[in-house]
Amino acid sequence: MAEDKKKKIKPLATGDKTIPPEGAKMISIYIMGREYRVPETLTILKAVEYAGYRYVRGCGCRGGICGACGTFYRYLGDYRLKTGLACQTVAEPNMVIVQLPFFPANRPNYTLEGMGGDLHGELRRLYPEVFKCVGCGTCTRTCPMDIDVMDYISLMKRGDLKGAAEKSFDCVMCGLCAGRCPAQISQFNAAMFVRRLYGRFMASKAAHLSKRVDEVQSGKYAIMLEDLTKADSDDIKRLYIEREREPDMSEPGGWMPEDTSHL
Amino acid sequence: MEGYIPELKELIKRVEATRPARVERAKRNEHFPALTMQQREEWLNLYHPDYKKDGRRAVRIGPNKGAVLPEEVASLLESSSRIDSNAIDLSRVDYTADVLVIGGGGAGTAAAIMAQEAGCKAIISTKLRHGDSNTVMAEGGIQGADQECDSPYCHYLDVVGGGHFTNRPDLVAALTNDAPLIISWLEDMGMMFDKLPDGRMKVRHGGGTSRKRMHSAGDMTGAEIMRVLRDEARNRHWDITVLEFTPAVELLLDSDGGCAGAILYNLETKEFYIVRAKAVIIASGGFGRLHIQGFPTTNHYGATADGVVMAYRAGVAVSELDSTQYHPTGAVFPEQNVGLLITEKVRGLGAQLLNIEGEEFCFALEPRDVESTCIIRECVDQGKGVMTPVGRIGVWLDSPMIDLLHGEGTVKKELPAKYIQFKRYGIDISKEPMLIYPTLHYQNGGLVINDEGGTSLRGLFSAGEVTGGVHGRNRLMGNSLLDILVFGRRAGMSAAEYAKKDDKTKVTLTLAHIDRFERELKDAGIEGAVRGPLLLPDYTPDHVRVRRANKE
Ligand SMILES: Cc1cc2nc3c(=O)[nH]c(=O)nc-3n(C[C@H](O)[C@H](O)[C@H](O)COP(=O)(O)OP(=O)(O)OC[C@H]3O[C@@H](n4cnc5c(N)ncnc54)[C@H](O)[C@@H]3O)c2cc1C
Ligand code: SF4
Ligand code: SF4
Ligand code: FES
Repeated sequence: MAEDKKKKIKPLATGDKTIPPEGAKMISIYIMGREYRVPETLTILKAVEYAGYRYVRGCGCRGGICGACGTFYRYLGDYRLKTGLACQTVAEPNMVIVQLPFFPANRPNYTLEGMGGDLHGELRRLYPEVFKCVGCGTCTRTCPMDIDVMDYISLMKRGDLKGAAEKSFDCVMCGLCAGRCPAQISQFNAAMFVRRLYGRFMASKAAHLSKRVDEVQSGKYAIMLEDLTKADSDDIKRLYIEREREPDMSEPGGWMPEDTSHL
Repeated sequence: MEGYIPELKELIKRVEATRPARVERAKRNEHFPALTMQQREEWLNLYHPDYKKDGRRAVRIGPNKGAVLPEEVASLLESSSRIDSNAIDLSRVDYTADVLVIGGGGAGTAAAIMAQEAGCKAIISTKLRHGDSNTVMAEGGIQGADQECDSPYCHYLDVVGGGHFTNRPDLVAALTNDAPLIISWLEDMGMMFDKLPDGRMKVRHGGGTSRKRMHSAGDMTGAEIMRVLRDEARNRHWDITVLEFTPAVELLLDSDGGCAGAILYNLETKEFYIVRAKAVIIASGGFGRLHIQGFPTTNHYGATADGVVMAYRAGVAVSELDSTQYHPTGAVFPEQNVGLLITEKVRGLGAQLLNIEGEEFCFALEPRDVESTCIIRECVDQGKGVMTPVGRIGVWLDSPMIDLLHGEGTVKKELPAKYIQFKRYGIDISKEPMLIYPTLHYQNGGLVINDEGGTSLRGLFSAGEVTGGVHGRNRLMGNSLLDILVFGRRAGMSAAEYAKKDDKTKVTLTLAHIDRFERELKDAGIEGAVRGPLLLPDYTPDHVRVRRANKE
């Protein structure tokens, strides 16, 4: 067995190649209308590869977070249009599939520096179309991340930027919502802008962080660190073993070590 | 596909039986004893894939000739160029830039922003879309010593201890010193960190940390960092040009042997472009998609070691490239989630690892290689793993403990993406544990750099997962997102400074190093070498390959 394994090592990747178990049930899917037979239980992404495609576009992280693989599909004979991420959606019999690897969305430029006053006004200036949402709910029905897109758009309209930032947080920027919006809004880009506004101007600043930044910039730790880089390995090992560990259940900022000499 | 099959449901009952007592102990801050230093070493030697001889060999040419590396890596270092240097006219320059950045992940984008800030025009060459990278996948968090009980000094000790004291001290000092600056830089750019109402960062422990210094943005920390950086780069598009689906395939040197650009390849039109640049930064990320020893991987589609391959040909040495990080907790059930990373945050929040009997068998927050070793040992040696229907093996990660320790709803709130990814297949991870096994996660080693991101090749800089030394032979969670930004920024600034130094517009571009390398291949008797860099993995199934037989 061990020898066998040795021989099998190849320079090209194999670890993600689908090797269907013996007797796997095969199903029909329709990639851009053309029928292929693939084993069941694969994600759409792996089913497309199983069919013989090699991705250039439409595949990024393969883990449901980059938004490269937005997909529209229908079941044969069903009028309803569905969406999903190809790397996260299981291929099922009679799916008719097309991926949307790119969508020409609107993204005006801006600089955060100098903003901070009327944030809602900045949104209105950059994305006036957001205020023309007709409330049809198509974006919400479209979002593969189950985000209530219409809701965050209406929070933006109302000026609740914190709410919009939080509600849009899980967005992977796949662009599917924008592809279906009758008001031609690029929801995900507007949301990106709002989240940055919130993070920069609305969320409370971390006071302990700015204090530490000052300390670093004053060179406070440079000497300590240099000493560590020069210490011999037994000393370093001893220091490592003697570290005090902050208790698991302590609140951030609520605990101090006994030895405070290197803080 | 609806949830756990009955056989597994039956086994979960054993986990539930031991849970109340385990939760009580955890509340009292009692945990499973960590391994001693001797035990760590002994077990690593016996069970960790890196320490085995199988599937490794000495590389036969180049600056690290004789170094023993995984077969998959060695054969790419010995690969032959995609370019016929005689057929290409280097005087036909397609793009010029002050700084060319290879790789549009976190490190590359941070570098481009800093180079731009220093007054340079930058080009980012990237293989997929801008941001399709390992950075976007990082979930758990980013370290930085900014709490009162903590300091760069404590952080330094954690880093070198986690790395088994094999890290490069100067790089660790830079890493830990800059960390608070990085967190603050991100806060300024509007990143949505998890904070308490008064603005204090919600920090947690990670494997091998002595203080809570793991900052997060939900369980999408890397995605949030990446989209903020990318958005900022886009705001500066008149200075930062991004060429997507256009990876670099070869570096270009000047006649004095300094780096002066690269050849890019348009994956769609199949054209090669010549880029002349005053300085080049390699930030092309890791090698998970080489599937070392056939392991599944957590990495993105483009993680194929290209940067290492290109720089190696140009004479830049690598270090610790034989050392691979297996993330202890990759999903093994359901099949669709195989390889999917279960962030360390789950353990940071208190979930324990359990064998088939529902018993704890190790401390859940050991350094990663140690943790992986414990899991492999429990399954392979002790025979106490749980088998899935297709014959994969794993142990339980008891996520329902989290709500019991921190209150109802914590799982959903702190781990929204994981929650959804399992819910989709009928598993509620706030009620049922996950089945996990180690998965190929991170390239520990890589190109040798100095603490300013410079390499041994004049004009060539590098940062991020493609480099080696920062983490030694083992990286702790949260130090890689930090690494890519610390050294991405430093490389960007150093490259800009170098680019501005003297007039470099007159140099002649050459590919002489490629000709030299091809000769070395021949002299070493290496024939039929694969073409490198690999660019994309090939998952063509056998039944398709057979039908293509005449073509490929
Ligand atoms: C699933 C997962 C979870 C993780 N979680 C954490 C965590 O919680 N905390 C932490 O600190 N770290 C974590 N890491 C590690 C960390 O995310 C990465 O190590 C880090 O983001 C790498 O950044 P990078 O910029 O060096 O490379 P990447 O982000 O991978 O970017 C490299 C870019 O270069 C491109 N590229 C590749 N080849 C070429 C070429 N030839 N030409 C042009 N471009 C090219 C790639 O496509 C990619 O866009 C995680 C990693 C993974 C995979
Ligand atoms: S909000 Fe729009 S862009 Fe974001 S994930 Fe949902 S559909 Fe995709
Ligand atoms: S699809 Fe467009 S118009 Fe309809 S609710 Fe969404 S944002 Fe509004
Ligand atoms: S490939 Fe990244 S979300 Fe599907």
